[in-house]
Amino acid sequence: MTDLTRRTLVKGATAFGAISALSGPALLDWAKAWAQNAPWKPEKGAKLSMLRWKYFVQAEDDAFVKLIDAFTKATGVPVEISRESYEDVQPKASVAANTGTGPDLFWGLYSLPHLFPQKCLDMTDVADYLGKAHGGWVDSAVKYGKSGNKWIAIPICYSGALINWRVEASKKAGWSQFPTKTDEFLEYAKAMKAQGTPGGFALGHASGDGNTWIHWCLWAQGGQVVDKNDKVTINSPETVKALDYAKALYGHMIPGVASWNDASNNKAFLAKEIFWTNNGISIYVAAQNSAKDIAEDMNHAYFPVGPVGKPTELHLMYPILAMTYTKNPQACKALIAFMLDAQNFNPWIQAAKGYLTHCLNEYDANPIWTSDPKNTPYRDVAKRSLTAGGLGSVGEKAATAIADFVVLDMFANYCTGREDAKGAIAGAERQLKRIYR
Amino acid sequence: MSIALQGAKPAREIREVTAWDRLKVNKNWLGAWFMLPAAAFLILFLAYPLGLGVWLSFTDARLGREGVFVGLENYDFLRDDPVFWLSVFNTILYTTVASIIKFAIGLYLALLLNENMPFKAIIRAVVLIPFIVPTVLSAIAFWWLFDPQFSIISWSLKKMGLITQNIDFLGDVWNARWSVIFANIWRGVPFVAITLLAGLQTVSPSLYEAATIDGASPWQRFRFITYPLLTPIIAVVMTFSVLFTFTDFQLIWVMTRGGPVNATHLMATFSYQRAIMSGYLGEGAAIATAMIPFLLAAIMVSWFGLQRRKWQQGADND
Repeated sequence: MTDLTRRTLVKGATAFGAISALSGPALLDWAKAWAQNAPWKPEKGAKLSMLRWKYFVQAEDDAFVKLIDAFTKATGVPVEISRESYEDVQPKASVAANTGTGPDLFWGLYSLPHLFPQKCLDMTDVADYLGKAHGGWVDSAVKYGKSGNKWIAIPICYSGALINWRVEASKKAGWSQFPTKTDEFLEYAKAMKAQGTPGGFALGHASGDGNTWIHWCLWAQGGQVVDKNDKVTINSPETVKALDYAKALYGHMIPGVASWNDASNNKAFLAKEIFWTNNGISIYVAAQNSAKDIAEDMNHAYFPVGPVGKPTELHLMYPILAMTYTKNPQACKALIAFMLDAQNFNPWIQAAKGYLTHCLNEYDANPIWTSDPKNTPYRDVAKRSLTAGGLGSVGEKAATAIADFVVLDMFANYCTGREDAKGAIAGAERQLKRIYR
Repeated sequence: MSIALQGAKPAREIREVTAWDRLKVNKNWLGAWFMLPAAAFLILFLAYPLGLGVWLSFTDARLGREGVFVGLENYDFLRDDPVFWLSVFNTILYTTVASIIKFAIGLYLALLLNENMPFKAIIRAVVLIPFIVPTVLSAIAFWWLFDPQFSIISWSLKKMGLITQNIDFLGDVWNARWSVIFANIWRGVPFVAITLLAGLQTVSPSLYEAATIDGASPWQRFRFITYPLLTPIIAVVMTFSVLFTFTDFQLIWVMTRGGPVNATHLMATFSYQRAIMSGYLGEGAAIATAMIPFLLAAIMVSWFGLQRRKWQQGADND
């Protein structure tokens, strides 16, 4: 087996349908062959350390550890992995970039690398290599990965934020399919609440679920935080329309969403308290394990399209970056390329059960997306996602505005009646102008 | 004999006493040296971070990047920031209401526990439980108690037929404020109660006996014996209680993260939100620094308001 080259292996794998999940000795052989042919040769005595976001699906982390082990065995480079809650990766990476010491690799959220682009190792060669080998990058990934002409990070995957809905209850309310237009969605929410099967979106400080639906809502009505020159444009009639829409929708939600965090809708959905919400695939995965009736009766759908006429979803991007201070840049690049190469990536996203969506087109063919039709909508989130900051740059400013819940609070202020539209927008505008100055 | 002694030993040479000689036997000089380790600790771990925080508040430092001096700009921005003033209002409301109720319940409990009753030691230990449980744990417990969908309180009231819909504890602005205040009171009462109990036990029973003989009513005994003798400990315990409440972070962060719509943001959580979550270190430091005057005022009130006797302020007893 050792005389196999990567090329023959890739060919062989493609012949088998591209996805034969290698394991045990086969994976190691493949890894060894990969290491011999890879364009990056780890430095002698190289050691790597990586800080990643803490997993949501245990099987995903198991598969991840397995592929890291294979890398270590094939290249002799030990990799130390530490895990932090996904909100805490950013402050740690920032401090590491500032002080010049810390893990070599950071795998974080949204536009993390754009907080300190000059401290990120140039990944252009890795991105080109992977793009060529695996069918090219989706557009949003290019935007997240590149700073100027240079790739400063590799977009590993998205975590999709889509509608989770209960089929039977919706049918009873007169909807056999989830509404695809925002107006219909309002009708749907109204009908669902009227028959005692309401749904809800988080309006509390929920970094994931709150921000994703709020930005969808703003963009669907044509509102934008900034224009493409990063000029603050939140104070617009479209924003008012979005606020009014959200308020109407809020009226048809289950009471209490203003205090929801990222976990609240999962709990409520699994307890049959709500019948539609937005989430990753984790509710479905959990339901398959512990509430089979819900799993059978639920489905996923894209967010409805608003007056702007095209999808306006925001999904969570997870990019990985290497710091310029690393002593082993070649090992870093080899590891990242290794992670995203087919033999590793396919079993990995399969293990993630749909929680992670690829940014390289080739992986559309992964059976996870078609083996269960309920997974399929999550396949396309990378293609559908807009980037943090909307029309504006993907960078520190966009990251700050999201982390500070500026838009989320604007919506919450208006929906809960704490402020009128003018006041809510003025407050957000003032804060945004400071962030985007 | 006297002759023999004369000139037997030449008297030791007498020299001027130098400043060094004086210093060597100076108690204060030695004392200063003994104080040095403590001073070093204080400077390194208290004064330096405090000074650094104040300095940061005058810079535009971002997380992961050093800032430059910008004078009062951060404060200027905060002055017109409605969320900042909301957090100030929340903090004052939270501290005032929680402290007063904690004091009232704590004193009541202390008086009760001071009575002779069966299982005294066990009951006193049980009272301490809320204080012993890690804050984060109790915060999570309260978060469940106040959950909009799964609250046991709502559930019980519904089963009893008193309400038809779940109470929106943490989603409604005022409900959320009272909920977090309630959680804080629950946590803080044992500290007040046990400390006041310790104070109560130092009051000599003979004073009560004398007062009883003089025909004092229970209220008079409390008003003219217990209360005056308890003031020093009240001063201490309330100072700490106010400081802990004013700087509370964990309860709020776990239960509401400052929501809904910032209605429960305290200055401490708001400072963390701006400094660490959003990365505006300078602004976050400014919010934290803005807490100092309030804290100083709280200390002043309790120390100079409640400690009227001179010995309590470091002078001799009057």
